[in-house]
Amino acid sequence: MEAKTILLNRGAEPTGLPESDSLVDMYRRMKLIRRFEERVNDLYLQGRIPSTLHLYIGQEAVAVGVCAGLREDDYVLSTHRPHGHSLAKGVEPRAILAELLGKVTGCCRGKGGSMHVGDITKGVYPAVAIVGGNIPIAAGAGLAAKMRGDGQVEACFFGDGAANEGAWHEGLNIAAIWDLPVVFVCENNLYAASTPFSLTFKVENVADRACAYGIPGVTVDGMDVLAVYRAANEAIERARQGGGPTLLECKTYRFCGHSRSDPRTYRGREEEQEWQKLDAIPRMRQWLVGSGLSDDGQLDEIDDWVERTFDEALEFAEASPEPDVSELFTDVFKE
Amino acid sequence: MAEMSIAEALRQAIREEMARDDRVFCIGEDIGIPGGFGGAFTVTLGLSDEFGRDRVLDTPISEIAIAGVAIGAAIAGMRPIADVQYGDFLFCMMDQIANQAAKMRYMSGGQVSVPMVMRAPVGQTRRGAQHAQSLEAFFTHIPGLKVVAPSTAYDAKGLLKSAVRDENPVLVFEHKLLYGSKGPRSERGALSPVGEVPDEEYLVPIGEGVIRREGKDVTIVGKLLTMYRALQAAEILAEEGIEAEVIDPRTLVPLDKELILASVRKTGRLVIAEEDNLTGGWAAEIAAIVADEGFVWLDAPIKRVSAPDVPAPFSPALDDAYMPNEHKIVAAVKSLL
Repeated sequence: MEAKTILLNRGAEPTGLPESDSLVDMYRRMKLIRRFEERVNDLYLQGRIPSTLHLYIGQEAVAVGVCAGLREDDYVLSTHRPHGHSLAKGVEPRAILAELLGKVTGCCRGKGGSMHVGDITKGVYPAVAIVGGNIPIAAGAGLAAKMRGDGQVEACFFGDGAANEGAWHEGLNIAAIWDLPVVFVCENNLYAASTPFSLTFKVENVADRACAYGIPGVTVDGMDVLAVYRAANEAIERARQGGGPTLLECKTYRFCGHSRSDPRTYRGREEEQEWQKLDAIPRMRQWLVGSGLSDDGQLDEIDDWVERTFDEALEFAEASPEPDVSELFTDVFKE
Repeated sequence: MAEMSIAEALRQAIREEMARDDRVFCIGEDIGIPGGFGGAFTVTLGLSDEFGRDRVLDTPISEIAIAGVAIGAAIAGMRPIADVQYGDFLFCMMDQIANQAAKMRYMSGGQVSVPMVMRAPVGQTRRGAQHAQSLEAFFTHIPGLKVVAPSTAYDAKGLLKSAVRDENPVLVFEHKLLYGSKGPRSERGALSPVGEVPDEEYLVPIGEGVIRREGKDVTIVGKLLTMYRALQAAEILAEEGIEAEVIDPRTLVPLDKELILASVRKTGRLVIAEEDNLTGGWAAEIAAIVADEGFVWLDAPIKRVSAPDVPAPFSPALDDAYMPNEHKIVAAVKSLL
């Protein structure tokens, strides 16, 4: 599989990739997600986050690789692990952080919390935290796009666990039969909470199931942002041209537990170390420098920007007011 | 003014709304197939010829997808009317309705809305327990959903049109024995009321109940089929000099509770008739509201006439024991006098 090897062929001239500015931007976005999640985890450990968190650490290449191929007016449908999807699509870090702190300035006015972040103005639907629940909704958004005929595409993220939900089957099938412009992005991180992939699938790859729906199924290295980008971009363009949905499976790994209460006692530390060697962020950094597309000076500057951005977001979020009690009763219905 | 069955009135409402607004479309099982029956109760019959099959979308037997696609399309700016073949199938799509449609606006802090209509036939007929339930109470319990239950052709048309124009998810419950479906799709033992429907455009606002018959001695609240049973009961009671006031709430969420409270204030007695099972039913909620806010006007206990806590039976021999009918309503009223 050619798409798997892009980052490993350091210095090679890969085809089908965007301008170097965009490639550097992929690094920036992955780094932003990584540090956002690590620093949010610090806040959690300090008792400053009033909820659990499902962190995206380790999977950054998937959200960034997919979103790099989306237009501003394309939409993302997200999951209970949504921070990375939102940041990759361009939702303001401050809006997410304020939401995590339950502040009224949060992207959902403090009414959604970690598992429902999203900003419709940035092309991210508020995240759906029921596993598989977003799949038929993505088909519906795709139907609306098809009816409007504006070429809009929906990227629908989900984990391997979602592929065993009935909603997944119904959603993929209806998107397939109607050629809806949806890219179904499976982030196969090998565990549905604690349950390993091998216990719940008879097939080797989630994408193997695509043939049951008569749509293309592609499996890529989800730790390689360029491989994800290239495969996603092809699927996005196919959808945009009326070619219907694609099932894109990205093999990835979450470096931390399922949620903050998960000590990861169901998997070996050796396995974790093997996957950490594949960490997409240092690999992308090396590739950018090795290809001459960037240098340590520029990338260090980006790293500093990421820290400053989080500092500012935290300052904003902490200074923000909590929702007034009257907010309890608003937004149940639209008037 | 035209005489119409409820099925015809609903069809006319959909037709007018689809003609008015390009964003309105129908989605469901067996609703537009050429040579098919236009939905299980003929409501969408002929609409795919008029508007094309791209706006009357026939789906696989995939209730989760029907609901999810309607929700996704609504969030993305369309105005779907989803057809649930039998209300019982709402349970197949419960996550989409209860967790997604109802909560999406709130969870997003008002960023999105779900202007979706979901039509669902309810009521006991000769089909056994999985095609018989009266499910309204399940959905009145979920914040974020509006629920309407029209019992006349006039209301069916006016409420469905209002539902299509509403910015929120609206469940429209329709009764199988009230449709007036014709030909091979007609229902044995149906009441099939025909009503006058104006030729000119009108809407019935969501949230307004109506007094179907005025009376001073007792208030009977009934919806869908039990509204007619309440009217029949009122006739019987009138022969004995008891004047019953019959209230049809028409909308269950938001409820026109002032109308019910004002009536109880006048009569001092309340009977609620519904086809759902007794425990945790919609009637229990009405009883609770009146006990809470109208207790001082009550001269007698509140009575519920509901189906017993058993699944709907098949054999006609069990109908009388199961169904809330006019005689049970009369008996309930007399127990209060």
